Amino acid sequence: MSDATAANPMPAAAPARGKTSLYTQDALTRRRNAAEARFKMYGLVAIVVSLLVLAVMLFTIFRDGTSAFRQATIAFPITLEAETLDPAGARNPEDLAKVTTIGYGNLIGRQFANYLTAEGIVVDGISDKDISGMISRDAPGRLRDMVLADPSLIGQTIDFSAYATGRIDGYLKGRVTLDTAELDSNVSVEQLQLADILTERGILSIAFNMGFLTNPDASDQRPESAGLGIAIIGSLYMMMLVLIFTLPVGVAASIYLEEFAPKNKLTDLIEVNISNLAAVPSIVFGILGLAIFINFAGLPQSSSLVGALVISLMTLPTIIIATRAAIRAVPPSIRDAALGVGASKMQTVFHHVLPLAMPGILTGTILGLASALGETAPLLLIGMVAFVTNYPAGPLDGGVMDPATALPVQVYSWASRSDPAFIERSSGAIIVLLAFLVIMNVAAILLRRRFERRW
Amino acid sequence: MDDMRLVERDVNQLHSKIEAKGVQVYYGEKQALKDVDVSILDRTVTAFIGPSGCGKSTFLRCLNRMNDTVASARVMGSIQIDGEDIYDARVDPVQLRAKVGMVFQKPNPFPKSIYDNVAYGPKIHGLATGKAELDAIVESSLRKAALWNEVKDRLDASGTGLSGGQQQRLCIARAVATSPEVLLMDEPCSALDPIATAQVEELIDELRSQFSVVIVTHSMQQAARVSQKTAFFHLGSLVEYGETGQIFTSPKDPRTEAYITGRIG
Repeated sequence: MSDATAANPMPAAAPARGKTSLYTQDALTRRRNAAEARFKMYGLVAIVVSLLVLAVMLFTIFRDGTSAFRQATIAFPITLEAETLDPAGARNPEDLAKVTTIGYGNLIGRQFANYLTAEGIVVDGISDKDISGMISRDAPGRLRDMVLADPSLIGQTIDFSAYATGRIDGYLKGRVTLDTAELDSNVSVEQLQLADILTERGILSIAFNMGFLTNPDASDQRPESAGLGIAIIGSLYMMMLVLIFTLPVGVAASIYLEEFAPKNKLTDLIEVNISNLAAVPSIVFGILGLAIFINFAGLPQSSSLVGALVISLMTLPTIIIATRAAIRAVPPSIRDAALGVGASKMQTVFHHVLPLAMPGILTGTILGLASALGETAPLLLIGMVAFVTNYPAGPLDGGVMDPATALPVQVYSWASRSDPAFIERSSGAIIVLLAFLVIMNVAAILLRRRFERRW
Repeated sequence: MDDMRLVERDVNQLHSKIEAKGVQVYYGEKQALKDVDVSILDRTVTAFIGPSGCGKSTFLRCLNRMNDTVASARVMGSIQIDGEDIYDARVDPVQLRAKVGMVFQKPNPFPKSIYDNVAYGPKIHGLATGKAELDAIVESSLRKAALWNEVKDRLDASGTGLSGGQQQRLCIARAVATSPEVLLMDEPCSALDPIATAQVEELIDELRSQFSVVIVTHSMQQAARVSQKTAFFHLGSLVEYGETGQIFTSPKDPRTEAYITGRIG
């Protein structure tokens, strides 16, 4: 403004100004330029700081979490002695089932110790208990399932590969050292010495851990076998149901509010309330879900169906807001054009407005789903934090009514476990969750590109 | 298109297509149109002129009930097309708009192919029974809009990829595709360059042989060039309505004279 006002016939200011050169900046211009430079710098600093924080966060997660995708396993031949596993000798399934995991555990421990002796692997001062204690407590159950599924294995010698316990696994990953082992009642120095020898001989090895993605959760005593299988299924079921529940309802509600509803006090009130619903703390929705869906409607606890219903309630406002914005962004000239050739209101909406709003609607929906995917608090209240070890049934076999858990809930429950092996599991689960989010966001971008129309 | 012989244009033997009586329009509390009486002739180009905000576009939008989409708008009085009141409770605006086509100020083709743009109206009104018939309608509409030769090889190309003048002619083709009886044009050339304007004006003159054309324009030259009848609106009322030659050469009302000589507006 300074130059413009100087040009104006203002008798009071004109004499004070005098003749100025364009080459020199006056004080006001310098101040303005300095303010602009400062503002740009603040912005830059803010962005750099947030990027740094993000980088640190991702670095920590990946540093702690990537090891969860690798797992130490012990491979050795095991003879499935018929006298232990089938004392009756008739291969009768009922008799076979009478041998519990304790029996199998003893068999595995004995066979492993025998194998080490046969191989000439000796560590001074190591007890048999220490030797069998290197194998995960998950192994007996696994072996028992194998035998029950195929009784003809009895009497044969098979190559068996079992998870090493969390401490041995941690030793191979560098988390457990000989120093920490001396203070640790769960692992002995001798076991670690044995682990060194086994690693050299190739009996103990570390490899990609598919079980982390497929296994169900496991108790505190056997972190090595804990996996995300049920959490992933639960999350997928919930996302699927949330999409089914929210997209039609949200889009229909938005179209009605935006295109058909009369503008009056009532619709204003509805509008304000939709915006407010989007800001309600999620735990409130959890309590609501507990009261209505579980206590009143009697739906099963911990089921993905109830989880999806609760999350749908939370996602709906987000989708409605995004969809209304997308619909409003369609230029009114298109509506005029359609109405002008005699299209009805509904034809206008469905033939012209909706296709043009589609990219925005899909992006909003996927981003709403992405935030729903990370939702934890309401799921805790409806029991999805339960310890679930049975896979839910297929989606068409009522699997959505079966107890399940969800990825963020699994992160939460592992993060609160005492065994340090769960730290990497927890971070690993975060990586899986982030991978899901990245996939969804990429899908949003691709869909937007696919549906976007050029003007 | 012969500017010099305005007075010789003869429109007297044509019958009246639209009869408006005592039309008043309110937007909320504000009165936008005061007691407009006008009789628009068949197969004639009628121009509405007047300064901005004088109500000429409002009146135009009453003729196909596009004002219905404005929640606060109230229309009073009677508008009859061929003796039928278009604001009668029995009238469905959707049917009316197929009969009274409209071209807007800004070219607004659908972001679809040229073919789909023109075919949309006939499709939703069930005017064509098969693909061949639809093709024929699309071709004849594009020919009427003097666009066929330019686009016949790229009917699948997007309508929004055309130039401004072509887009506006596409919109005209889209409007004539439903075989309307009246064509309303709301400043159809205001977003076009002079060459495109000339093309559209020429087109309007040709369309007169089939429809009654009502055009709102800010350009008095344009009104003089294309229309046979002219209505001058000022501050929401119809000041003067008569043959274009008479309005521009010997206006009866002093306000009309002031406007066409550039003293108000």
